[in-house]
Amino acid sequence: MKPGNALSSASALLKMAAMPALMLASLAAAKAVPPIAAFPANWTIPVPAGINAVLGWLVPAIQPVTSLIGKLAGALLSTLIGILQFLPWPVVALAVALIGFKAGGIRLAALVLAAVVYIVLAGFWMQSMATLSLVILAVPLSVSLGFLLGLGAFFLPRLRQGLELAFDFMQTFPAFAYLLPLLLLFGFGPIAGLVTTAIYAIPPMARCTLSGLVEVPRERLEVAEMSGCSTWQRLVWVELPSARPMLALGLNQTTMAALSMVITASIIGGFDDIGWVVLSGLRQADLGKSLLAGLVIVLISVIVDRITAGLFRSPATSGTRIGGLSWPAVLAVAGAALVLGAAARLAAPHLLQGWNETRGIVDFGLINEVLLGFVARYSDVLDAIKNAVLFYLVLPLRVGLAGAVLPITWGFSMTPAVAAAYAALALLFALRQMTKGRPSAAAAILCLAALLYTGLVAFPWPAAVALAVWAAWRAAGLRLALFTGLSLAFVLATGLWVPFVKSLYLVVVAVALCALAGGLLGVLAARSDRFSALLRPVNDALQTMPQFVFLIPALMFFKVGEFAGLIAIALYAVVPAIRYTETGLRNVSPTLLETARQLGCTPLQSTFLVQLPTARPALLLGLNQVIMAAITMLPIAATVGTAELGQQIYVALGKADAGLGVTAGLVFCLLAINLDRILRGVAGRLRSAQ
Amino acid sequence: MISSPLSPSGRPVKLACRNLWKIYGLPPQEAADVARTGDPAALQRERDGRKPLAAVAGASFDIHEAEIFVLMGLSGSGKSTLLRCLTRLIEPSGGSVTLDGENLLAVGRGRMTELRRKAMGMVFQNFGLLPHLNVLDNVAFPLRVQGIDRTAREARAREMTELVGLEGREAQFPSQLSGGQQQRVGIARSLAAEPEIWFLDEPFSALDPLIRRQMQDEFIRLQKILRKTIVFVTHDVQEAFRLADRIAIMRDGAIVQIGTPAEIALAPANGYIAEFLRDVPLLRVIRAVDVMRPVTGDGQAMPRFTTEDVLEDILPTLLGGAAAVSICDADGNRVGEISAAEMSGFFGSDRAIPA
Repeated sequence: MKPGNALSSASALLKMAAMPALMLASLAAAKAVPPIAAFPANWTIPVPAGINAVLGWLVPAIQPVTSLIGKLAGALLSTLIGILQFLPWPVVALAVALIGFKAGGIRLAALVLAAVVYIVLAGFWMQSMATLSLVILAVPLSVSLGFLLGLGAFFLPRLRQGLELAFDFMQTFPAFAYLLPLLLLFGFGPIAGLVTTAIYAIPPMARCTLSGLVEVPRERLEVAEMSGCSTWQRLVWVELPSARPMLALGLNQTTMAALSMVITASIIGGFDDIGWVVLSGLRQADLGKSLLAGLVIVLISVIVDRITAGLFRSPATSGTRIGGLSWPAVLAVAGAALVLGAAARLAAPHLLQGWNETRGIVDFGLINEVLLGFVARYSDVLDAIKNAVLFYLVLPLRVGLAGAVLPITWGFSMTPAVAAAYAALALLFALRQMTKGRPSAAAAILCLAALLYTGLVAFPWPAAVALAVWAAWRAAGLRLALFTGLSLAFVLATGLWVPFVKSLYLVVVAVALCALAGGLLGVLAARSDRFSALLRPVNDALQTMPQFVFLIPALMFFKVGEFAGLIAIALYAVVPAIRYTETGLRNVSPTLLETARQLGCTPLQSTFLVQLPTARPALLLGLNQVIMAAITMLPIAATVGTAELGQQIYVALGKADAGLGVTAGLVFCLLAINLDRILRGVAGRLRSAQ
Repeated sequence: MISSPLSPSGRPVKLACRNLWKIYGLPPQEAADVARTGDPAALQRERDGRKPLAAVAGASFDIHEAEIFVLMGLSGSGKSTLLRCLTRLIEPSGGSVTLDGENLLAVGRGRMTELRRKAMGMVFQNFGLLPHLNVLDNVAFPLRVQGIDRTAREARAREMTELVGLEGREAQFPSQLSGGQQQRVGIARSLAAEPEIWFLDEPFSALDPLIRRQMQDEFIRLQKILRKTIVFVTHDVQEAFRLADRIAIMRDGAIVQIGTPAEIALAPANGYIAEFLRDVPLLRVIRAVDVMRPVTGDGQAMPRFTTEDVLEDILPTLLGGAAAVSICDADGNRVGEISAAEMSGFFGSDRAIPA
């Protein structure tokens, strides 16, 4: 063996052995040295207090301006609500149906009419108009600000990385975390909710704008140059039109984001809209009302989604105009209808007021009975599922196999013999990876086995930090490793390590459930066109539903508790798993599939040996999206009783401790951003290896 | 060899390029120094683990008025980069480009924009049509950029659309057109502002061979009408020899030979170029004027051909038994003679200078 080879293999061995060695060392030391087992409280920095101090100075400084804005916005909102609630509902139905017809044909118009009838019959008209007003204000605000930010990022490439990080924060920072300061700044009312909605909804538009502008084909830019365009002419006549599909996507996504966020306005209270109905229903265990009100939000979401998607279909690609009507004509007719409606209301005030304010014909009590009966009949099955997941997935992750393996749950206890067998199994798997020439995979297996043994909460923090930093370094290089290290140092310093770790394991379990269920459904959908067509509207509906709505089935079946939170998160995050699996598998080159068939693979072999490995980068991206979805759902799930970061935020809200809320929110963001970047790094490595 | 009176070389120089360099991988100042001194050693040293690349290495040539000047070379030879340096779509590292005496590399942004609007037109390999505009608006685009009002620019655009044979399709969108039709729109657009110089970057490479031939015919027809000064980039040898008044053959960033198709065919500078010639139908390229013996007098009863006739037309007569043929100029006066004996000598010897 040449000296160079010996040296490189020795260093490889060192690299591989360093992590497990460090881990074992800290595990052993944990018993002896308490600070390793649990980060000592007196090492923490009082970050929440610090933030409170800063806010105490900052808020009064800018409050005069912001409260003025808040009052103006509030007046605008009230006017808008007044108008929408004044107009008789048939007229509003007609106007929106016309717009729907223009944007999406007769089917969308029919959906609009059906939705309106449903809302009126359920007695939610007035509240729906309040929600709609908020959406009408929030969306143009988010879209224009997002567009301007995207333009800014495009023209100032140096700012791009910083802006992208800012976008990450805006999308992952839980709204409840910064709600308190906002309430102080903008007043106690829906306007604070409007601002949170805008903050959450700006990044999609900004990102899509940037992406669309950056992706304009080189040749088109040269055409603009050679035609002698000034910067402005090139932007308006070449770049923006070329970016149109992305701009349309951004509009759609921002609108959806705004819709899903709009319920937070209701958390504050004092705003009688659909979100409030959902929340109060949940709080009073009036699940039937929550469900039906949630359905209203879903319908509004789907309709707005379809309308915005149809708005910017390019004339070149769509060919003829739908229905032969032009937009100005449609808007004119809609406007005329509204004016007529207003006139009618003035003429017959009491009758039309009664129409709008009807209590509806739905009996919520009856629905509740039916639902509860359904749950009661299947309570055994539901309990079995709940216990299975708790004992075999959640508990082991939380307190480790050492603590979770008990005779009552697993049927045997963790004797030294069992522990030795477990260690031997782990070593076996690791050795197998070594023989395949993958030393880092072997090291990872050893580390994960140890992690599973002690549980995430009891895992010594030095080892955890080292593991995370090492993973970041392997995934995306030194820069990310540094970022991860600093992030974790911050988490430790704030004293929120334990809630942080609990959030992590909740996310892991939810993601595991999603990956399994979603992956399976995705594989089925990839193999059967009929199943895929069946699944598509379900996916669409699930993706447009605002997050709070997912709490309803979770609470319905599993009562308040950690498991309900888990189910809610899994329901919300399962759609990306299905979608990315299906798309990834379908995008595997047909030539490859033909080759597999020719070589004699059965369909099952083809799926598992050929398609899944080839689709790995897409699957990893899907995993990334699932994790992101799960994380954004966490704070909402906290309202049904989880015990982690989300709960910290909730508690802070209750105590009016803005500093704690912001700190927990920051930790939250760091969790999301780090996981996202690490996974993207892994996906990138895999893709470049292919 | 006598240069034909119809050759462009007699006309004034429209675009002159001297010692043009484009170096990737070096900071601009260093690249400019290398360009000035032409020191090849500076390009051998690695920076950041990569060697600097001279995409264009000291190109010099003159383009005359109404001349079709073809830049030919394989992928990576630097021809597209050189074209973009001439229009400053890419900033050269060093050298000069003069248009009617004005150094383009020294003018400010405003003047360059003006020149691009008024004096230059460019046709792109992948057509570069704006998909959201119909044919008429695409053709009128350069005029719109100049601020010309709608009626005037649409009228001009219609003229151009008709010129390229697409009348009736003004309201269609690029997605509804074939490749050849899209490139015609690209051509119409590039001519809309009546440019003095016409740049074409592999305009027919993205079309299938049959359409390519038709477009080449179209191109020749247009040039007969318009008489533009043209810089044409291609990797297709046959296209180059078919269309060019003069060809500049490029390899690894440097110009290896400049000459008329016949000059290159008769005296390729090295074996590399001789290899290219194997695909060229030389008999259609070499004209009588390129190989004739200058002679006066009345030529008795010899078969007569003009100076512009290609060997392909003359050879059958010589092979059929005529000892020699007379070559006459456009007025009918005898200016030269080709004999069968010379022809056999021409085919027998190796024309290439050994590499």
